[in-house]
Amino acid sequence: MKKFFLNLYNWIDERVKLEDLVNFMGKKYVPVHSRSIWYYFGGVTLFFFIIQVVTGILLLFYYKASADLAFESIQFIMSKVEFGWLVRSIHTWSANLFILAAFIHMFSVYFERSYRKPREITWITGMLMFFLGLGFGFSGYLLPWNELAFFATKVGSDILGAIPLIGEELKIFARGGEDVTGATLSRMFGFHVALFPAIFTVLLTIHLLLVQRQGMSQPMEMVEKEMSEEKKMPFFPNFLLRDLLFWLIVLNVLAILAVFFPSELGHKADPFAPAPEGIKPEWYFLFMFQALKYLPAHVLFIEGEILGILLFGAAGILWLLVPFWDKKTARGQKNKFITYLGIFSVMFIIVFTILGWLT
Amino acid sequence: MENNNNSHKGRRNFLKYVLNGGLAGFAISIFYPLVSYLKPPKQEDVEVSSISAGKLDEIEKDTGKIIQFGTKPVLLIRTQNDKLLAYDAICTHLDCTVQYKSDMGIIWCACHNGKYDLSGRNIAGPPPKPLQPYNVVVKGDEIIISKQS
Repeated sequence: MKKFFLNLYNWIDERVKLEDLVNFMGKKYVPVHSRSIWYYFGGVTLFFFIIQVVTGILLLFYYKASADLAFESIQFIMSKVEFGWLVRSIHTWSANLFILAAFIHMFSVYFERSYRKPREITWITGMLMFFLGLGFGFSGYLLPWNELAFFATKVGSDILGAIPLIGEELKIFARGGEDVTGATLSRMFGFHVALFPAIFTVLLTIHLLLVQRQGMSQPMEMVEKEMSEEKKMPFFPNFLLRDLLFWLIVLNVLAILAVFFPSELGHKADPFAPAPEGIKPEWYFLFMFQALKYLPAHVLFIEGEILGILLFGAAGILWLLVPFWDKKTARGQKNKFITYLGIFSVMFIIVFTILGWLT
Repeated sequence: MENNNNSHKGRRNFLKYVLNGGLAGFAISIFYPLVSYLKPPKQEDVEVSSISAGKLDEIEKDTGKIIQFGTKPVLLIRTQNDKLLAYDAICTHLDCTVQYKSDMGIIWCACHNGKYDLSGRNIAGPPPKPLQPYNVVVKGDEIIISKQS
């Protein structure tokens, strides 16, 4: 057996020069310091994405994307298909953990200022993947075609309609018509399983190539202390094995959550039934949703909700472009403002999420 | 020589325009159909001006019921003192479907706790506008809901 693999390796090596690649991996080092733990969250996010792809493909074998059949096909998956409940439960849990891991990864990169030159493109592609991740969440939420999802999608897409100038067009584009109907389901399905994964894969490839090419970012104060003092470990195999160990732990946590807290299905959506109580978006939209609630109906001459959407939009763009306006960090100086802004953002998200949860 | 160069430049510019123009035309011929395809076609709803909402004895006093009016939901209420009311059931806030809340005697939206009184006026919560009323008449024992002109 061993000989077979050795021969196979040699056969490929002869043709594509694997040796260069192995040498390159051997030369890549990961800095070791008190905050090294944060390096693992990008990898964990990737792991959840892989799980989403695998379980998503499995669900596709039985799922039927139409207003008449979607709910029943998921009922079928959960009650008739062997381990169908498990596959669906893993898909929903992993989706939530994916977003959570992406949040942690994003904020750790932000607080370490790892977005600074020369890693601007890595930050931008990462942020775009984060926004896409939210899009995955929103589009996937409707697919079971249950009551909660139906009204949450109505509300979510109606908020889209409040964006000035392009809002109405955008809403009709997202809904595939004036109202949330079977056409919306087809569209969300197309976004969720084809368009978004395609774009995501391109971004992810760029993101990972850049991480390999440029190596891990070091904390700013370590860079100043010169390289010789720092500790480091080889990416291959030392860091990769630690990465895999972390993935294994995460997989266990995921399995426990999916088995003991399986996802529910609820009632089938009925466009001619009143909205049920307790309509809430997924937890990662909750802070925005809750903040919008506190805005008065009118601020000066603008509608409160429109103002809120514009503010969140502006904040998102500023966040996306932080490597370009944070000039101080780019010059290698400490920028306290970045820390304060980050702490404010984290506090804002946590406080408003909890408020949304409680009310 | 000078002349020759100029005419070369002229020809080169001409080719540039033709090529760039062709490229632009090529792009348009791809993206115009693509964008048009993604725009959902306007479906002509059959214009419904009145519908039958069933028999009077099918709706009890102090209850409400959602009636399908064309493609839209309409909320039909039979009040405590036996009046029939009908309103557009789509909340003016964010598109949820409202319901009659008998214990408070109001029309209520569960999504964001919006409240309307029985004349359809938005009285509490986030709704910015009142609900559109419909006409209700009873012919024999049949309830007829129709659009207000």
